Amino acid sequence: MAAEGAKTTKEEKKILFGLDTFGDIPVDKDGKKFTHAAAIRQVVEEAILADKLGVDSIGVGEHHREDFSISSPETVLAGIATRTKNIKLATAVTVLSSDDPVRVFERFATLDALSNGRAQVILGRGSFTESFPLFGYDLRDYNELFEEKVELFHKLLDEKPVTWEGETRAALKDADVFPKTESGRLDVAIGVGGSPESVIRAARYGFQIVFAIIGGAPERFAPYVELYRHAAEDLGTPVLPIGVHSPGFIAETDEEAMEMAWSNFKTLWDAVGKSRGWPPYSYDQFKYEVAEGSLYVGSPETVAQKIVKTIKTLGAERFDMVYGGGNVPADVRLKMVELYGKEVIPRVRELLKES
Amino acid sequence: MIKTIGILGAGKVGVTLAQLARKAGYEVVIAGSGDPAKIALSIKVLAPGAHAVAKEEAALRGDIVILALPLSKYATIPKDALKGKLVIDSMNHWHEVDGPREDTIPEDITSSEHLQSFLPESRVVKALSHMGYHELHDHAKPKGSDGRKAIAIAGDIKEDTETVAHLVNTLGFDPLIIGVLKKGRQLEPGNPGFGASISREDLHLRTR
Repeated sequence: MAAEGAKTTKEEKKILFGLDTFGDIPVDKDGKKFTHAAAIRQVVEEAILADKLGVDSIGVGEHHREDFSISSPETVLAGIATRTKNIKLATAVTVLSSDDPVRVFERFATLDALSNGRAQVILGRGSFTESFPLFGYDLRDYNELFEEKVELFHKLLDEKPVTWEGETRAALKDADVFPKTESGRLDVAIGVGGSPESVIRAARYGFQIVFAIIGGAPERFAPYVELYRHAAEDLGTPVLPIGVHSPGFIAETDEEAMEMAWSNFKTLWDAVGKSRGWPPYSYDQFKYEVAEGSLYVGSPETVAQKIVKTIKTLGAERFDMVYGGGNVPADVRLKMVELYGKEVIPRVRELLKES
Repeated sequence: MIKTIGILGAGKVGVTLAQLARKAGYEVVIAGSGDPAKIALSIKVLAPGAHAVAKEEAALRGDIVILALPLSKYATIPKDALKGKLVIDSMNHWHEVDGPREDTIPEDITSSEHLQSFLPESRVVKALSHMGYHELHDHAKPKGSDGRKAIAIAGDIKEDTETVAHLVNTLGFDPLIIGVLKKGRQLEPGNPGFGASISREDLHLRTR
């Protein structure tokens, strides 16, 4: 916990800064790809460093494809839990539609125990769908699956016996689920990509929102923030702080960051694009995203300035940067964590104070 | 004369198009999959001035109707209400939402042609389909602006493609008529025009 003296006053918002990774495959100095196992251990090392530097959260994604090493986020987070002290352990995101809400609760409550209350579930769809055929779900049932499972998961959060019935899983009658958390309630947020329905759903359940802004100008989300506030007020649920999750690449200089980010984002984008029918990622697109869109690329100063702009534009109280997309050398990934923790975060706080 | 635009689908694309259409001064009636009350707040906040209505009403009231629902849900389109209308197909087969293509669209036919056969008494034009919704939002610019992006249009009736070209222009993009509906293949995922957010000249080169 932060020292009492560091507590912010009511007027002064405490902005949280996180790092997110999907466990992309790093390369060594000779450009040789890590094994999936080594990629996972690399994430653990990065999380330990982030914890030492006072980064507020580490979020790991869930994917089921070759280019990402993490398919079981809570297991990775459990590894991180026992070797860190303060950092919040989050997912980015947990694909609830193709998972079982009871299991998700159990795994996160276990993670919460191992980490002394630092677990945070971030539910969402994610932008990949490999988990559906893998676990025997039909993609076309996505909405129904998510709607029902969020409802059940929300009930489980009260940590009391649950009676529930639906179409997508076996009914429960007075089912009590363990372990119980020490705080009495798991910390839950919902990752939203800009579907109005998802925004209203988050408000309905009283979950925090983290907007996944992975393309286009962040300003585009300002009306969605407003929608969330209106919806929460209409529904009588608390208006909670909102967060932003966007990709970035930090290096000592802008030039260095631009060069490495371009080749890595292109690798990542084109790999995904191939399966979705996108044309190859163009340098023009990349430049637009860096200049005005949702890529946070550059020196610590450049990235800090851009984060400040987004935080102010959206009134966000949390910023999570997705780092390491593509096949980034392991030492560069680690350096990025260091620059984020040591330089970007303090600079953002300073800039926000000045204004 | 187009005064009212109907939009079927109130997700990311539908809402973005409603925003652009309002900005261009059109009346907008937009419908989601169910009760209009479900989307009323979203529309009020995200696209002020647009009206959330039932899908039949959006189809009936629109002088032109844009389809912006998941392609695999096309059978829910109120086809009777669209009789005699010019309909813009902005949809794509998107695996992440629709599942395997062959479950929705027969092989060897474009999705817009398939839609046209589902709506035999409407006139389908493919447009506003190849650019991502956030690019539609960010890049809409007045006519003559520097770096204006283009939207490709494919349709069988010349007059209809011209009407859509005019609409596209007022929404903030340079229109590019690429040919008959079948030519819409060039704009489908996996083809050169898909995902294009580029100038008219460049888009022409990609979709010839």
